[in-house]
Amino acid sequence: MADRDDKDLSGAAKMNRRGLLKCMAWTGTGVVWTLSGGVPRTLGLIGGAAAAEAPQGALTFVQISDSHIGFHLPPNPDPSATLTEAIEKIKAMPTQPAFLVHTGDISHLSKEEQWDDADQIIKSANKQVFFLPGEHDVADADNGKAYLARYGKGTKGKGWYSFDHGGVHFIGLINVFEFQPGFKSAGLAKLGDEQLEWLEKDVKGLSASTPIVLMAHLPLWTIYEQWGWGTQDAGRALGYVKRFGSVTVLNGHIHQIIQKVEGNVTFHTADSTAFPQPAPGTAPAPGPMKEVPANELRKYLGIRTVNYVRSKGAPALTDSTLVA
Amino acid sequence: MLTIFERAPRPSRGAVLLGAVALGLMLLAGLARVPAGETPVKAAASPATVQIDNFAFAPATLTVSAGTTVTWKNEDDSPHRIGDNNGTFKSAAFDTDDTFSHTFAAPGEYPYICTIHPYMVGKIIVKPAGKSS
Repeated sequence: MADRDDKDLSGAAKMNRRGLLKCMAWTGTGVVWTLSGGVPRTLGLIGGAAAAEAPQGALTFVQISDSHIGFHLPPNPDPSATLTEAIEKIKAMPTQPAFLVHTGDISHLSKEEQWDDADQIIKSANKQVFFLPGEHDVADADNGKAYLARYGKGTKGKGWYSFDHGGVHFIGLINVFEFQPGFKSAGLAKLGDEQLEWLEKDVKGLSASTPIVLMAHLPLWTIYEQWGWGTQDAGRALGYVKRFGSVTVLNGHIHQIIQKVEGNVTFHTADSTAFPQPAPGTAPAPGPMKEVPANELRKYLGIRTVNYVRSKGAPALTDSTLVA
Repeated sequence: MLTIFERAPRPSRGAVLLGAVALGLMLLAGLARVPAGETPVKAAASPATVQIDNFAFAPATLTVSAGTTVTWKNEDDSPHRIGDNNGTFKSAAFDTDDTFSHTFAAPGEYPYICTIHPYMVGKIIVKPAGKSS
């Protein structure tokens, strides 16, 4: 984070983002965070000695997000290259993850050739991958038919699913379909009744000590309503999991790391592997921060490692940028 | 679905003038938000354009006569996707500098959003063809 701060980047939006980064104690790319009992603690900069001491747990997985294959403009004319770098970084991890999750916007325009490229690159990690769609993946004229045909096998409803791994219960939620146009809560996504009812049943029989990972593309808390960065009915979903001792929420969409703790629930948005977006409200509109110079880009892109230590309920999260 | 706007065959000088007047009036209607009842709308089939810039539709409300083809032009660095609340028209996602066109045959009000960024809202008001109101 300090490294990112030190760079002289032009543009008011960037100034504001830097300011925000300084103010938000829980925000930072390139910093290792440990979550113990829901309280985040900095271990040190990636590459530092402390980073090597992150606990080795029973289950490690990696989150990647917002690869936007097909995007071709500044600041990243080649998001395939940066996704490849992210995958190379995963392949080089000393503790290999059990699997990968991709929290959406695999493609930029829901085109088969974009998904082909993404799949080809991600496949080289030789890991099972759990995908979720972003709104860019359901932007075909048939409202997501192409995504579901390709990635939706074995899922419920419009692509939601759950699975268990290493004693952790994972839930993939879909919040990129049910938008409600309007003016008050304009454009906040919805999970919808059908999915929420499924979720309630899905977690019903689980012991409260089961660690839960809730994944969805759009944030499951309202970060910035004016830009649609939130989910209207997320509160209901969180109500179904509040009895659990450890709930980790992993989202994408906003192309930057913002984190929050609410009781036993920790919320984390992830970096993109393609391009950064401005901090909430610091630009006239969301969208790529095109003024980021090529030699700075990789400081804004990254992957996240989640490491469960069996003796503890909450996982350790490590966010690392694509800077070598 | 995704269609690229094509220029009409070279029109006569009179048609150019008429077109310019119509475009000016439409711009006025959009920018000054003249109440719909007072907006003079020119002949059907004259093209109308909605610019998409900075995640907003301009004009946000456009009044046209039935039979008009409305073209949305994306001037953002992000793709957008047009869809109306009732599902009567929708585009696939279209990228920077691409366009989407739809011809409005039936009079009525058509509120729409960008389904990728649903806080972007706009409206097309279609008046009966041939009426100058």
